Formats: sequence, structure tokens, C-alpha cells
Amino acid sequence: MSSDAIAIRTADATSQPWLDTLHGWVTTVDHKRLGILYILFALFFLVIGGIEATVMRIQLMHPHLSFVSPQVFNRMFTMHGTTMIFFVAMPVLFGFANYFVPIMVGARDMAFPRLNAFSFWLTAFGGFLLYFSFLGGFGLYGAGNAPDVGWWAYAPLTARAFSRGHSSDYWTISLLVSGFGSIGTAINLIATILCMRCPGMKLSRMPLFAWMNLVMSGMVLIAITPLSAAQIMLLVDRYLGAHFFDTQAGGSAAIWMHFFWIFGHPEVYILIIPCFAFVSEIVPVFSRKPIFGYPVMVGATVCIAFVSMSVWAHHMFTIGMNSYANSFFAITTLAVGVPTGIKIFNWLGTMWGGKILFKTPMLFCIAFLFQFLIAGLTGVMLGVAPFDWQLSGSYFVVAHFHYVIVGGILFALFGAFYYWYPKITGRMMSESLGKLHFWLFVIGFHLTFDLMHIPGILGMPRRIYTYEPGRGWDLWNFLCTVGTFIQGIAILVFVANLIISYFKGPKAGNDPWDAWTLEWSVSSPPPHYNFATIPTVASRRPLWDRKHPEDPDSRYE
Amino acid sequence: MLWASESPEQNMRRARHRTEWLLVIGRFAGALVLLTGLLLTVHLCRASSPADNPIPSIFDTHSTPADSIRHLSFFVLVITGLIFLVVFTLLTYVVVKFRSRATDITHEPAQVYGSTQIELAWTVIPILIVVVLFVATARVIHAIQDAPKPAAALEVTAIGHQFWWEFRYPALGIVTANELHIPVSDPAHPTPTFLKLLSADTDHSFWIPQLAGKTDLIPNRVNETWMDPRSTGIYIGQCAQYCGTQHAKMLLRVSVDSPEDFAAWTHAQKQPANQDEKEITGRRVFENTACVNCHGIGGMATTGRFGPDLTHLMSRRTIASGAAENTHDNLRLWIKNPDAIKPGSLMPAMQLGDGDLDALVRYLETLR
Repeated sequence: MSSDAIAIRTADATSQPWLDTLHGWVTTVDHKRLGILYILFALFFLVIGGIEATVMRIQLMHPHLSFVSPQVFNRMFTMHGTTMIFFVAMPVLFGFANYFVPIMVGARDMAFPRLNAFSFWLTAFGGFLLYFSFLGGFGLYGAGNAPDVGWWAYAPLTARAFSRGHSSDYWTISLLVSGFGSIGTAINLIATILCMRCPGMKLSRMPLFAWMNLVMSGMVLIAITPLSAAQIMLLVDRYLGAHFFDTQAGGSAAIWMHFFWIFGHPEVYILIIPCFAFVSEIVPVFSRKPIFGYPVMVGATVCIAFVSMSVWAHHMFTIGMNSYANSFFAITTLAVGVPTGIKIFNWLGTMWGGKILFKTPMLFCIAFLFQFLIAGLTGVMLGVAPFDWQLSGSYFVVAHFHYVIVGGILFALFGAFYYWYPKITGRMMSESLGKLHFWLFVIGFHLTFDLMHIPGILGMPRRIYTYEPGRGWDLWNFLCTVGTFIQGIAILVFVANLIISYFKGPKAGNDPWDAWTLEWSVSSPPPHYNFATIPTVASRRPLWDRKHPEDPDSRYE
Repeated sequence: MLWASESPEQNMRRARHRTEWLLVIGRFAGALVLLTGLLLTVHLCRASSPADNPIPSIFDTHSTPADSIRHLSFFVLVITGLIFLVVFTLLTYVVVKFRSRATDITHEPAQVYGSTQIELAWTVIPILIVVVLFVATARVIHAIQDAPKPAAALEVTAIGHQFWWEFRYPALGIVTANELHIPVSDPAHPTPTFLKLLSADTDHSFWIPQLAGKTDLIPNRVNETWMDPRSTGIYIGQCAQYCGTQHAKMLLRVSVDSPEDFAAWTHAQKQPANQDEKEITGRRVFENTACVNCHGIGGMATTGRFGPDLTHLMSRRTIASGAAENTHDNLRLWIKNPDAIKPGSLMPAMQLGDGDLDALVRYLETLR
């Protein structure tokens, strides 16, 4: 498996004038470059979404503060939610999938490279369009600029009677556009995984990373479709006078909720399953053991995907469904806990009896396990419908899903960054800055989101720009804000680490972690065509087989 | 130096020892913070006296639906707490016990691929837990949602508006706003209140944490909730479904009255509006400006229903849906410049001269 191609490409890159380099990046159809573009795009929006969160936390530091107006606050939480889900979490996960799925299955590129580029640019322009609303969203009455209807945009707030001007149109169209991008990428990943595997890589030998991205892509196809349909209906409502969701003309607000959440809940798993993929690659390598119960892990992932399609109305326990519907969605919601629990136990089983190395990627994964456990347990509380009648729409829910998205998804993502950065750039990230980042982020995260459960229990609803003093909420909100700043500092350390290590990090070599999947068999960064000769694999851990010819995995599978 | 010049192994050994203990301490610290928080919460809940409920805690309940939710939630908290303890202990044990030691850095551990028995066990046990949780959940759902309505129940229609609450008592012919009065319910002779929930514009949610879970008010849809408070006092809550700019100040208070107080209140509310001729100037201002387009006053030829009914305005403790105390100064400011109290509310600034404004406020203050 030689990697001669790399030398040629590097020499080329250094001699190119910057305009050519830029042109090369903009017109690229290479899955690795597109992966990097996705990741950089997401990091950019992560910073923007983080600033929006900070504005909200400053406003809520004390009761009756007027750091921003209610209008601005409402835009902030709408933009924060929309940005973080659609323009941070999804693109960054697609980025990692784009970069590593082809290499891990032993392919030279994605199945449809040009569709890949098209999908990325759709997503990117979707994001820019959303933010253009700050400039272009002024309507007839000067009402609103950026969208201010909340990230789930419940009808009829989006009807023209309540959302004048164009802010809701920017929200709708940008999600429609980026949604098509997501569907394109999902089709591409499915085709790549099913059709482009190298000789010997049966489905049962694929790395879990590829398996979980396959499941995620299938879910994208099923979940994004109703969202896109709903966005089109909303546009038809707003511009052609249809009445799907226009309650003033007899439309149904509840139908929008169903459309949104049949996208919205699978979306949570679309985001978390690729993170399971990261953890399932990192935990074995740093425990020095193969994943425990590979077939069960695959089965549990598929099971989560199926069950998660039937739980959406647990976001709607308070809308007055009858007791049978509420019971049904309670049982399906609780049932998701079973395959999810299996996963946690299997990761524990992987670590059990291993020799755990506490490198930064592993630290983030251990924190992920701990926090995802808590997120799952608060999820069980919310799945118990009567308990949800109290907790729904309160700060408890905000704390719960940030536990999932920050404590789960973001922690796993940071682990992935530290783990694969050497492969992408050819240089190691600083371990000391990495540990500083880890500890600061752990402290900030727990300060903010552990305490955020409490005002929810004390009756504080979400999406309020200010609150009355004397309700027992003040202290908790203040501490949450302090935690936000600590998290902000941690993110700065992370970004600094990314930049400094790019220039000063020690050379990584092909396989800095002594790992087992195919991406570590090629140079860092990988050559343009990934593999000079397409590899042949005989087990789930091809590099283990090569490193231990006396005792290969292929003997046991 | 970010990258020490010593060999990676040496570096790793040193760092590892520190990190794993920091990790354990960090986890415990996290758990401690969470626990302290919960204990403090419970303490705060207990601290409030029943007559005055400044903290709308879901664990300090005074009504059957909220009580049964609290009982169920304690049951769920115990089960999830036990699961947490078991898995947390396992995780900590694994992290401490199976850390890589300096001596065996070159050896790979035994390669274990899985175990059907163990995996079966950790599939079956969670399934059993889910079944138990579901049975408990379904019981409470049924008990609350399908509770029969006794003949003695009081019926109230609550209508959500951007950004205030309208309450109508169809049997009593009373219309009021923002402050709901209901009778206390004696467990021996229950007089619960059943609320029919409607919306005039966007989605809202009715939430008094100490009396019942929340139920949304959705346009073109009729929802129901009920409560049977067993102690008198003021209970607070607020709109819990984002409904627009001033969602935050769509506050809600429920006054649970003794039977005598409730009877007195209904009697007073049934009276026609005060027609005091002394304040005729202010009344003319009300009738001749845009006020009448939105606000109704009993006995006056107004049809306005867009804003709160003002027939007995002065019987309410607050104005602007709880955003301000109902005082002379606040009332004057509210009419002059609503944005000063509640920016983004749909009440327009009336642009009245000082003379008219004062006359109007004096007139409104006669509406007891």
C-alpha cells in the first residue's frame, strides 16, 4: 500500500499562487477537501452560534435586565437553535463522514463526487442565506429582521398575520436549501458504503464508523423529507394563500407540529449516531481492545433508528392528545432507552479488561459516556408523559437537550477532532492545550447545564427574555452564565490549539495512535487517491491483522 | 513548552497518572454539584409557606393532578437514580482499574470480542425497567386525563391572547383577565375547576406548576385541564409556549379562594360597571378614543374583545398580564407608553394630552 502520490501533491500545492489554491478549493470534488470545507464551515458557525448563546446568557444573568430587547432576544434563540442544529452539528458530522467513510471502506472517493460538492455548497449557501436575513429581512412594517419564531417555528407564528416582513421566509428557504444538501450527502454516503467497499470488506466487516453513518444517512432521507415538505407548504401558505397552517383561515397548528417533530426527533439521532461512531472508533483504540459485541452494536443502532421514527409526539405531550396517544408515545420513547443502554454497556465492556490510555480523545469519550448517561436518564423522565406535562417547555428541557447536544454530541466531536486531526493535517495536536481545553470545558459545561435543570423544576419556562425576581431562579441563572464564559474560554483554547498545532505540531506519521482501521494505513494527510492500490481486508481490524500476523482477527470472526 | 522534549512514553506515563485521578475527582465534583443543587431545590420548596407561593416549584404541589405527577416523578427519580449509581460506579471502576500502567505499555490486553450471555442480560434488564416505568406512567396519564367531571365542578374558559389571558365563567356570566379566581376544593366535597383552553391567535400554554401540569392553548382546537387546589392562596405561573415578542411577560396568577371569598368575588364581578357621573370626562375619553375598539366595559356600548375586559379593572392586583402592580402611576404609564412596562405588547401608546390622561386614569380607578 504505497503512498507515492502525496509527494507530488504537496509539491504542487506549495508552488501554486493563492488564487489558484482558492480556485482549487472552491471547485474541488475531492471528498477530503469537501470534508475539510464542511468542518471549517461548521466551526465558523459554531463561533457565531456560541456568541448568540452568550448574548442570551448575559441577558438572563439577573432578573429584569435589559442587555438586549425582547425582539433581539427572540432572534438570538431562534438563530442559535437553527444555526447549531443545521449549520454546525449536521455539517461537521457530514464533514467527518465525507472525509473518513471512503477511506475506511477502502474507496478512492465518494460514489458521486460532483453531487458531493453540490451538496456542500447548498448547505453553505443555506447558512449564508439565513444570516443574510440580518440585512435583508426588513419587512413592510420594519417588523423583525432575523427570524424570531423559535427554531421549530410553530404555526401560526409563521403565518403572515404574525410574522410580517421576510424573516420567516429566510428561515424557511435556507432550511429548504440546506435540506436538499443534506439529502444529497445522505444518498452519496449510502451509495459509497453499499457499493464502493474494497475487496473483502463485507457489511459485517465494516468499521462501526461506516455502519453508523449508513444508518444516519438512511434516517436523513426519511426525516428531512417531511421537513422539506412542510417548508414548501409554509411557503405556499405565505405566498399563494393556502391554509395548511394558517389558523386564521381554518388551518391546523397541530399539523405543523407533527411535520416538524417527525423530522425533529429523528434529527436528534441523526446527530448522535455519528457521534456513537466516533466513540466506537476511539474507545477501542485507547482501551487497546476490539469493540465489545460488534453485531449487537450494529443491531442496536438500526433499532434506535427504527424506534426513533415513532417517538416524535413526545415533544407534543402538552398539546392535548388523548390518553391513548400519550401512552403510545410514552412507551416508544422509553423503549429507545433499551438499545441506547446496550450501547453504553458495550462501550463499558470494551474498556473492561483493557489498558486505557488517557489521551485527550479518550478523555472526551469518557466524559461523553458519563454525560450521555445523564442525558439519557433525564430523557426517561421527559418520556414519562405526566412528568413531561410539568417539565416540557421549561428550563429542565433546555438543560436536557443541551446535555445531549453539548455533553454528548459536542464532547464526542471534540474527541474526534483530537483523534483524526493528525490524519487530516499530518500534525499532532498539543496534548497540554488539549487537556486544558478538556478540563475547562468540563467545568464550564457542568456549571451551566447541571444547574440549568433547577430553574426548570422551579417553574421557569424557556424562551423568556427576562423573568420576575423572587421566584428562586436568580442564583441558578447567574451561575449558568458564569459557566457559559468558562465554556467560551475553553472553545478559544481549542481553536488556538487547532491553529498552533497546524504550524508547530510534531509530525504525526501514518499511525500515531497505533490504531486498526484503514485510514491509518495511508500517509497523513492521505494522498489524493487515498490508496495507490485498493486494499483487501480479511477482518474488521485490517491493521491489527497486519501488526499481529501471528494472531489475526480474521481467525475469530 | 507545549511539546516536551522527553519521549512520548515518559510524557504519557506522567500525564496519565495525574489525569486519571483528576478525571475521577472531576466526575465526583460534577455529581456533588448536581446533588447539592437538588437538595437546595428541595429546601427552597419546603421554605415557602402555603399562604404565599413565590416559588412555583413542581415539587411543592397543592392539587390532585400536580400531586400525582409529583408522586410519579419521585418514583421515576428513584429508578433513574439507581441506574445512574450502578452505571456511574461501573464507569468509575473501569476507568480506575483498567488504566494502562507504566509497566505494561508494550503488551496488548486480551482481545475479547463480546459475550452473548452478558449482552442478553443488559438487554433484558432494561426492558423490564421500561415495562415497569410504562405501567406507572400509563396509570397516571389515565387518572389525570380521563378523570370524570363531578357535577359540582366549576367551568371556566381560558383564552390565550398575545400576551394576556382572558377568563370567562359561562355559568356565572363573568369575564375577567389574567388573574383567575377559583374556589378551594375540600377533598370531602370536591369542587374542582375544569378549564376549557382556547387561543385567539398563536399557541400558548397554561401552566401553574403547583396545581397541574401544563396544557397548550392552540387555535382551532379545544383543550382541557383541571385542578382541585386544597389550600387557599395565590399561585403563580406563566405562559409556557413561545407565543411572540412578549411571551416572557404573559404572567398568570391563580387566586384560590375560600368558599366565602369566592362567593363574594363572584358577587362583585357580576355587578355592572360603576357609572359614577363624577368621572364622566374620563369616561368620554374612553368612549371617544381607540380604547373602545379593544376593551369592553360592562354596560357600555363597546364590543372590543381584543384587549382585557375592564369592567372590574380595579379588582385586579396587577396590570399588563402581571407585568406591573395595579397602581395609579403604573396605570398612567401603561396608557401613556406601554413599551415602558412591556416592550412589544400590542397595546398602542394612546398619545393623550395630560388632562385627558389623568381624567381617563381617574375614571378607570372607579371600575372596582
